[in-house]
Amino acid sequence: MKFGVVVFPGSNCDHDLLNVLEHVLGQQVIALWHKDHDLKGVDMVMLPGGFSYGDYLRSGSIARFSPIMKEVVEFADRGGFVFGICNGFQILCESRLLPGALLHNEHHTFICRNTYVKAETDQSLITSRLRIDEPLKIPISHGEGRFYAGSDIVKELQDKDQVLFRYCDAEGGVSEKSNPNGATDHIAGICNKTRNVFGMMPHPERAADPVLGNTDGLGIFQSILQIVTA
Amino acid sequence: MKYTANITVMPLKALLDPQGKAVSNSMANLDLPEIRNVRVGKHITLEVESPDEKTARQKVEDACKKLLANPIIESYEFELTKA
Repeated sequence: MKFGVVVFPGSNCDHDLLNVLEHVLGQQVIALWHKDHDLKGVDMVMLPGGFSYGDYLRSGSIARFSPIMKEVVEFADRGGFVFGICNGFQILCESRLLPGALLHNEHHTFICRNTYVKAETDQSLITSRLRIDEPLKIPISHGEGRFYAGSDIVKELQDKDQVLFRYCDAEGGVSEKSNPNGATDHIAGICNKTRNVFGMMPHPERAADPVLGNTDGLGIFQSILQIVTA
Repeated sequence: MKYTANITVMPLKALLDPQGKAVSNSMANLDLPEIRNVRVGKHITLEVESPDEKTARQKVEDACKKLLANPIIESYEFELTKA
């Protein structure tokens, strides 16, 4: 499977993704420069974490108009797989490829720490190998990560099984206390209606290489391979 | 003709505004407890070259809708003056 990791000015998790996909999972992966207009035949586009364009105006709002995003949106509209992590998730929401928006954290502080999330469904490309309700320790690192959508959109996400991850505690319990940023309905990750565009705030690529001492995020990448290469 | 737009972008009223809340709470420390409900937004100024005011207004609307404000979480308004 061939992955493409888009590099924006200010991306800083691009190499974590490249490392996991190439060295941990043995896949073909290339970096795609944001000024290019060519996705180079990749099977899946990854938008990495970081601070594209310094998070100016709103996180992801300027990257959404980077030249390559025209091709990424067209690719997604044709059914191509696109996965955004953290800043990548913000860019996908700003592009309207995913519903909702990411607001400043409830307490307006930048949060960088391990948190727990659990898959809410196994009916998606990135959660197919995960056990529903099993807490996974995956770090978050964001200032604008409070997922927000209007109540009608949140209901639709729930009804159509588009909520992929919720924040939880180490035992899998979901409460205000286990919600690090005040996200609506504790939502940490979602997919679009056609289930080919995915976004999540936590960083599975920072918890997928055994040398880092935590591989709870690896199952997300293995899920992709299980489905696409099956 | 050159026009100047003064644009105000505010978080939607229904949304929690943590910045505004923190500033509100600090008012008591300034001995100004009468001040409440602070909300913090953005002020953007820009210049637009346009043959007439109507076209200039459309251009600024376009910029607001596409980039300067996100309608899911923000509202905007602007004033246009000849530069």
